[in-house]
This record gives sequence, C-alpha cells and structure tokens, in this order.
Amino acid sequence: MKQYTGKCVYKGIVMGPLFVLKKADIQVKRVKVEDREAEKKRVEEGIEKSVEQLQVLYERALKEMGESSASLFETHQMMYDELQDAIFEIIDNESVNAEFAVAQAGDNQAEVFASMDDEYFKARAADVKDVSNRLIRNLYGIEDMNNIPEPSIIVAEDLTPSETVQMDKAKILAFVTLKGSANSHTSILARMMNIPALISVPVELEALKSGTMAIVDGESGSLILEPDEASSEAAKKRIAGEAEKKALLDSLKGQENVTLSGKHIDIFANIGNVNDLGYVKENDAGGIGLFRSEFLYLGREDYPTEEEQFAAYKKVLQFMAGKKVVIRTCDIGADKQVDYFHLAHEENPALGYRAIRICLTRPEMFRTQLRALLRASVYGNLSIMYPMIISVDEVRRIKKMVEEEAKVLKEKEIPCSIPEQGIMIETPASVMISDELAQEVDFFSVGTNDLTQYTLAIDRQNASLDEFLDTHHPAILRMIRMAADSAHKYGKWIGICGELGADPELTEEFLSMGIDELSVSPSMVLKLRKKVREIP
Amino acid sequence: MRSFNYVVKDEVGIHARPAGILAKEVKNYADSKITIRKGDKEAEAKKLMAVMGLGVKCGDEVTVTVDGGDEDAVFEKVKTFFEENF
Repeated sequence: MKQYTGKCVYKGIVMGPLFVLKKADIQVKRVKVEDREAEKKRVEEGIEKSVEQLQVLYERALKEMGESSASLFETHQMMYDELQDAIFEIIDNESVNAEFAVAQAGDNQAEVFASMDDEYFKARAADVKDVSNRLIRNLYGIEDMNNIPEPSIIVAEDLTPSETVQMDKAKILAFVTLKGSANSHTSILARMMNIPALISVPVELEALKSGTMAIVDGESGSLILEPDEASSEAAKKRIAGEAEKKALLDSLKGQENVTLSGKHIDIFANIGNVNDLGYVKENDAGGIGLFRSEFLYLGREDYPTEEEQFAAYKKVLQFMAGKKVVIRTCDIGADKQVDYFHLAHEENPALGYRAIRICLTRPEMFRTQLRALLRASVYGNLSIMYPMIISVDEVRRIKKMVEEEAKVLKEKEIPCSIPEQGIMIETPASVMISDELAQEVDFFSVGTNDLTQYTLAIDRQNASLDEFLDTHHPAILRMIRMAADSAHKYGKWIGICGELGADPELTEEFLSMGIDELSVSPSMVLKLRKKVREIP
Repeated sequence: MRSFNYVVKDEVGIHARPAGILAKEVKNYADSKITIRKGDKEAEAKKLMAVMGLGVKCGDEVTVTVDGGDEDAVFEKVKTFFEENF
C-alpha cells in the first residue's frame, strides 16, 4: 500500500482501477517501404478502427447532447473516405510508411482549410488534424482515451478539454492529475460530473500502471495505491453511505423547489460551454442562470463571427426547449485573458479594463455579439445579462445599441427579437444605485465572487488573505438584500449566480430576502433542492 | 449532362454539416457524377472536404451539374435537395 497526498478540488470517495494516460509524444517518422500494398492494407484497417471509434463517440454524443453535436463525429467518419485516396496516392508515389503518408495527407488538407479567408472554414483545419491524428494513433497502436475498458480512476499529467470530451463519462470514477489548478478544466469538469478530483498529486506517471487498484479520498485529498484490507473496508463503507445520499438526491428529480411552507425558488445551472448542456439536463436544473459566453472567445486566434456565435446560442436555446437561458455577454479581462484582444498590461486588472468596459469602447465586437443574441432569441427563452455595470448611463447606452442592431436586422428581414435584458450586480456601486438600475432593466443577478472581492477589498486569488475573508460577511448579505428590495420594488426578479448561491447555510436567508432564483454548478442543483424542501 | 444555378440561402453556407448531408445524399446516385462549381473552383458533391474547400457562403451562387446515370430523375432530386437544405 502506498499513499500520496494532493489537493482536493472536488470531494467524494471512490475505489477502482487506475487508467493511466501517458502522453505519447507522436513523432511520425518517414520510412521507405518495399511492399506498398501491405501499407495500404494497414491504412484500410486503421481507418476501419477509427471509424468504429467515431461510431462509439457518435452514439454517445447523440444520447448525451443531441443530433447537432453528434453530427461532428459523423462528419469526421466521412473525411476518411477522401483522405484514403490522398494517402494511397502518397504511398504509391513515394513508397513511404502508412503513418507518414497519413500525416502528409492530413497536413495537406489542413493547409487547404487554413488558407481560406473565412474563419469558420479556417477552423476546420483542426478537424482534419484530429481525423488524421486519430488514424496515426491507431496505426501506432497507442491507447485511446475513448477506450477506457472499465470504470476507472483517470490519472494524467493534466487534462485538456479536447481530451476529456472524448472520454466515456460513465467510465470515469475520479480524476487525479499531477499538475492543474483549482480553476483548471479538470476541476470544473469534476464539479459538473459530481466526482472526486485531486490535483498536484506527487506521483510518478511513468511508474504507474493501468489496472492497479486504488482509492481516491477527496476528504483527506489522498490517493491510495493497492490498499490493504482495512483501508478497503473503510472505503467501501463510506462509498455505500455516499451512494445512499445520492439515491436520495436522485429521487428529488422532477420535484419542485418549494419550502415546507410553500415558498418557491428557481434553481438554475451555471455553465461555460455548450458541452456542459448534458449536465444541466441530468441534474434537472430548471434553466440556465448563467451561461458564460467567454468560451466562444477563449482558445482561438481571432474574434468569433456573428454566425459562429448565433449557431452556439441557438443550439443552447433549442436544447433547453423553452426553459430560461441567461447568457452573459463577453466578460474578458482581469483573470481571463485573450491574446487577440491586445489588452495593455495593467497594474490592477480586477479594477481595470474588462467586461462591459471593453464592450462599450469596442462597439463593433459587442454589436456582433448582440446581433447573434437577438437572432438566436427567436429560438427559445433567452435573457441577456451585462457584466460589471456601475452606472445607469452604461445600461442606457447598451439598450440603445440593442435597439439599433434589432432595427438593422429587421431592415434586412432577418428574424430576431429583443429578449429580457438584465445586469450583473457585482460592484458595490450597482448595489447603491440598484433602485435606479431596477427601473432600466428586467432583472438582476448577483455575482457574489466579484461583489465580495470589491466590497471587502480582498483579492480572492490571494490565499494569504484567507484569514480575513469572511464569505458570510454581513456587508455582503446586506448588499444582496438591498439589491433584492430594489428589484422587487419595481417588479423585477433577482437571482444569485456566484458561488455564495450554492452555499446551503445561506439558502434560508436568501429565501427570506425573496431571492427568486439561485444559479449554481449543475452538481449542486439537487443538493439545494433538498435543502429548500427542508426549510420550514 | 444537365446543370442548374443555385444561390445559397442557408445563413451558414455549406459548412461541415450540410456538406456531410449532401455527401450522404449523393451516394444514393452513385451512377451519376454530381459536381458543384463556385467561381473557378469545382468539387465532386460526394467529396465532403472538397465541397467544404469551396467555402460556399450564404448568398454565393453555385452551379450544380449532374452527368450520367438516370440523369433527369437525379437532376430533379438533387435540385429539390438543394432547395430544401441550402
């Protein structure tokens, strides 16, 4: 038995075999071959295997996300047909090994897309790469992460979104990474999936073997390899206890969020990506209270186009089929940086050029997003939310832009509608003038993370200030109450979408303030429902 | 050989998904050669990446040609398919 301690980012306890992801650094070598037909046969077999893998992914995506997301994998399957012709040509002409020919053919086709002058088609170069890399991996016989044989504890250096999207979620018991941060993709995913995750665990990846029995204990943050009998028994008992709790929560699906005295509150989900939609459904959230649109801007080299944004928003709205979807406009800046925004270095970015301030000074980018939202609005129940508001004037300027863009679209006879518009309450200024703001907007949503840091003047990233950070500080709670009173005075609704919204110790107080909606991580929806249903 | 001109009305143009649907559709007419031309670029309709490589956007005009096989019947079907999908 060996034990390692890391940092727990999501609690829980599991026991199962390890699935160790070693990053195979694929270096494709050019090798001269004599038997060209044998290489072609290898390509055919590799393609057959790749198509089979994609079929599994297709069916999984179809079930979890619906037809429009799944069709990507179908498209990938079809690409092999054409790629095969190009690969055979290269093998015939150059007498090279299958792997090299695949890499070459993939690069050639990717180059065609990369050189096109349309952002959408440019981005397809990545699809071609994905398709040819899968084939190369299969030719080299490298373990595929979409082929986890049994429910396992995933151990990796770190995980990227494109890696985790391929994994069969039903076969993931826990995540253990050697690197990673509390805000990394792994942590967010663990929270979504409601499974334990440890980061910064000091194990040697090369020394681990897939199949080794292990326990991940989120309470103590430990990874136990080859546990002895006593540890196994103790873990089994706790696992059984947790399963019982989970069954209890599952029985709350389809139930209302209503207190014993009949008071109702909406419990919605926060998500940051179209891929998270499955968790919204799985956890029976009543809507999406915060959809962070930043994912459209992050991880790319240029601004997303109106069409790309429109397609993403439309998909979310259609998926939610009439349930409320609150999309927050671009909140770049501070801790979320994007190269192509070319933001100047700031001494104090949290108080700097970010969110709505960028949008208002770079109207073209903002108007593009607004047009995409107005067009998507006809496909469901949309609300648009603006971040970092400090004045009535800002709201009026935004509303004017919205009306202008709606007019432009209508003149072009493009279907659109102006949905509900609201603001984030995350600056002390917005709380102090919330009575004026309430007359301008349709709703408020309190962003407690920023509101806390601005109100208490404590940088939330600075761990050495933890002893001063009281997340239940009366100043914060009074601020929320003040904003709630202002909203209700003018007949508007108010929600909470920051971390505080998921704190069960405050649920009763929020209900007493008359908060209309809590938007939380999908895995918290049922826990809060349980809490609400126990309140007198 | 018969051909028709078509102005793409789908707001996203012929991107990956529509090109995939098209490739699937024309596989039903394996005896006919169906090509799409935009400007001086041409692609066989059954070739997904080649069609995407044309970069057809909303408002672009393409020429679709059907050659061989049960030409007239396929021509009508392909034409209807374009009108319904793009």
